[in-house]
Amino acid sequence: MSEFRMPSLGADMEAGTLVEWMKRPGDRLQRGDAIAAVETQKGAIEIQTYEAGVLERILVEVGARVPVGAVLAIIHGEGEGEGQGEAQAAGEPVALASPPAATPPSTAAPRPVPIAAAAPPIQPPSPPPVPSVPRPAQPTPAAVVTATAPKITPAALRRAQELGLDLTALRPDGDGVIGLREVEAAGAPSSVVAEVAQAAASAPRMPTAPSPPSAQPASPTTAKPGLDLGEMRKAIAAAMARSWREIPHYYVSSTLDLAPLLAWLEHRNAQRPVAARLHYAVPLIKAVALALKEVPVLNGHHGERGFEPAGSVHLGIAVAMRGGGLIAPAILDADTLALDEIMARLADLVARVRGGRLRSGEMTASTATLTNLGEGTADAVQPVIYPPQVAIVGCGQIVERAWAHDGALSVRRTMTVSVGGDHRVSDGRSAAKCLARLDELLQHPEQL
Amino acid sequence: MNDTDLERQVQAALYAVAPDLASEPLDPDRRYRDQFEFDSMDFLRYVVELNRRTGVEIPESDYARLETAAGAVVYLRERSGSPG
Repeated sequence: MSEFRMPSLGADMEAGTLVEWMKRPGDRLQRGDAIAAVETQKGAIEIQTYEAGVLERILVEVGARVPVGAVLAIIHGEGEGEGQGEAQAAGEPVALASPPAATPPSTAAPRPVPIAAAAPPIQPPSPPPVPSVPRPAQPTPAAVVTATAPKITPAALRRAQELGLDLTALRPDGDGVIGLREVEAAGAPSSVVAEVAQAAASAPRMPTAPSPPSAQPASPTTAKPGLDLGEMRKAIAAAMARSWREIPHYYVSSTLDLAPLLAWLEHRNAQRPVAARLHYAVPLIKAVALALKEVPVLNGHHGERGFEPAGSVHLGIAVAMRGGGLIAPAILDADTLALDEIMARLADLVARVRGGRLRSGEMTASTATLTNLGEGTADAVQPVIYPPQVAIVGCGQIVERAWAHDGALSVRRTMTVSVGGDHRVSDGRSAAKCLARLDELLQHPEQL
Repeated sequence: MNDTDLERQVQAALYAVAPDLASEPLDPDRRYRDQFEFDSMDFLRYVVELNRRTGVEIPESDYARLETAAGAVVYLRERSGSPG
């Protein structure tokens, strides 16, 4: 029997608001399952469980404010004998035509029911233990996520019916569950969007219809439904101020020849259909992760007990949000993934930053972070380290430059990359080694 | 598919990757990245959506033609051989 507590999801997080239970008492839990959604300064985050077992009892109602450390539920661990009530698989199929018996939404966690025949439950990646060093996680096959028939929570079903939404046009979250957030994001459709949803519903592939925005009037500061950018900015300010106060930053930079990488990428992409092409950030992510793996003092967490190197490289990817927010969820085990898998994860992360939900494991697992400015920005960046990490890699825009190679001049596409380090843990030599290794890896993209 | 259908497909692809843009006015003749914050990853995801919805294969060399909503409609009309 163990207490499932509200985790801290960021350097200065103190509390969140519980907005949805995604499992109910009696549900069997796997490591990494999302149990509840909590509204935080960084938007609604799905809290994942670290242990397998059975959800015994939930202790907090929807709408309650939950400070970090508060007990949310009791989980009956495996091997402890039977808990109260029958443990039932979350994937048990229930036809949409006969919805489950109505339960008071504030006391019981309603069971998600599938719209169509259910597929086996999805294995999300395992989150790291808090607060020590993150452990390696199992990758989530992105193809499995999109192929699984979606399930809908009864609360979401009621809301969808209130709004008169086409249920088959709703887009489920990364775990294949349509919750209140997905329904609210769909909202009352405008005429264009309703027609599109109708057209998409009759298309051969379902249920990946577009997610129209919520019915509330769009304010210039609303990046996605339910996210308060003012609160997010406060969270970022607190984290960045703390980082600057506590971490003695140093930086090393180099301008790298990206011509071999981009030539290889263009050649590879030309031979593939649109859906199988890679964004240039993908081999960059793999190369950065591999380079960090070789310099352990740049990959891990610094806490009260000093620096603890991480075995894996969980690379946080800084994603800017329209309206001014910034968030850096992790691609777990980035150094071990194939490029196609990294592309799938990156696209999925960006999609969920734009209009879905992130998971607690993604928010806390990063062992280092990559920030890539992109096109039309600036040549170089020296970004601020996200505590408790100890390094950050900053990539400027791709710039055509005069380049000397083997005694001859040419014009090449180049990128200035900076590695920022925590001087309590590492020094310039380590960061320079990482940068040199990154350069080598990018010269041989076919080996990534 | 006529032009109205194509416009809907283009907008649907855009809003599928950037749901928060659906409530903002869309100038069909301006590049997405000039009128919104819309980066190269957003753009690639949008091209994938266009391909998925219309079945039209799109070589990288043609990407520039899809940077505006109006341009995308013209391109898709050409590539699907349907009447305007």
